[in-house]
Amino acid sequence: MIDIILNLEWSPFYISFKLAAITTFFLFIFSLPFAWFLANTKSKFKPVLEAVTALPIVLPPSVLGFYLLWGLSHNSALGSFLQEYFGIRLVFNFTGLVIASCIYSLPFMVQPLQSGFQSLNKNMLEASYLSGKSNFQTLLRVALPNIKPALITAIIITFAHTVGEFGVVLMIGGSILGETKVASVAIYEFVELLDYRSAHIYSAILLFLSFLVLLAVYVFNKKEKIHSIGGAL
Amino acid sequence: MIKINIKKPLHGANGKMDLNVDLTIEKGSFVALSGESGSGKTTLLRILAGLTKAKGEIYVDGECWHDKKIFLPPQKREIGFVFQDYALFPNMSVEENLLYVKKDQTLAKKLLDMTELTNMKDRYPASLSGGQQQRVSLCRAMMNSPKLLLMDEPLSALNPAMRGKLQQEIFELHNSFGTTTIMVSHDPSEMYRLANRVIVLENGETIADGVPKDILLKTSGSQKFSFEGELLDIVKMDVIYVAIVSIGQQLVEVVLSSVEAQSLKVGQRVRVSTKAFAPIIKH
Repeated sequence: MIDIILNLEWSPFYISFKLAAITTFFLFIFSLPFAWFLANTKSKFKPVLEAVTALPIVLPPSVLGFYLLWGLSHNSALGSFLQEYFGIRLVFNFTGLVIASCIYSLPFMVQPLQSGFQSLNKNMLEASYLSGKSNFQTLLRVALPNIKPALITAIIITFAHTVGEFGVVLMIGGSILGETKVASVAIYEFVELLDYRSAHIYSAILLFLSFLVLLAVYVFNKKEKIHSIGGAL
Repeated sequence: MIKINIKKPLHGANGKMDLNVDLTIEKGSFVALSGESGSGKTTLLRILAGLTKAKGEIYVDGECWHDKKIFLPPQKREIGFVFQDYALFPNMSVEENLLYVKKDQTLAKKLLDMTELTNMKDRYPASLSGGQQQRVSLCRAMMNSPKLLLMDEPLSALNPAMRGKLQQEIFELHNSFGTTTIMVSHDPSEMYRLANRVIVLENGETIADGVPKDILLKTSGSQKFSFEGELLDIVKMDVIYVAIVSIGQQLVEVVLSSVEAQSLKVGQRVRVSTKAFAPIIKH
């Protein structure tokens, strides 16, 4: 048993978790103001923005992967522009994977944050504005600290969902060991090669880790609910 | 001095109506704003605070807060606002709630002392009673030494004993800070104790405006007592009828003639009044 673990190729797991961590970080930075805007706006374009945000949930990963592959490759205006003027290539490398993952996991970050913000007492936010505090100060010092469960849910679910990616990663990144080969892709290849033993080990590790992550979310949220009587959620 | 002249279409419980208010309020006065729910009281406060937009003009001490071109955002109005549901920041302690408005330790300490909250300054809002939370909210509203203090039914969620205590504290704060205060209230005794002017709104229009005694006392002519209440029941006893009327928290019996009994309907708002008699007051 120890022998198996010692001889295991860990790099797909490392790539998976590195990808998930970087994706979660960037998504959090971008989604925070966006979710705050969606929660507070009265614009008639809100449903359009919400629908676009939710698209990655319903689209088959292959559709998303295909458009991203086409959009980021030198076949499209954007792709050829980046390659010609900056020498940046965004397909079949790690950077491309991060961009694709950010789009793929967007709803999992935006939606919990938005519903967290919407559940806040509007009078409380107005009390902050009346105290002379700007929209941004109110977001950081009043809104964010009072949606902790939603915040933790958004971060962990985004992370877990990115670890669980398969179709988009395969289409954008391919399977370059140490660069774009993530755990889920590695399992797919083991099965293709009829190497069921390795597939079993990889799958079991992913299953165990995913369960642990989700358990952490639910335990935390249960504790928060008991502790914060006056808080959000 | 505050000059308000605003118009805003409202979609109230009674369908569409226009909030149409033209008022001048003296500096340092305490105005009670009364009226049925949906008459536009809260909207008027929100317009003053800059939380709701309307058409018209607002001038405070000669400074323009609102006209055709200018709209001063709520952040710049230096208003104190007390909400019915307290609206405290749950992630901050009592003292932090105050200091969030302005980093003025001396003022925070003074306010906490005045409202007997000093030994609770490190507690969080969730662990306080309703009355304590509303006191914190009141202190927080005073932290930017507001020219204008707006209160939207600040005491309606509290029990009568707590109300009395807080009324006293509101009165002291109003006087010692010299603010102009506008408070939405439904409680005549509260308005009488605190306000020097009562304005009654109905369907967005001012229907009464004057000193509390004139507006709130319901007696007319030679009447000595007059109470408004709800007619709960009419009971026939031998040849007379007895009406059961709910006035405030109490039930009273009133003898009716058969003609009167037929003209009244259970559930109606009625007024019970009496002329010359010498009441006995005991406690």
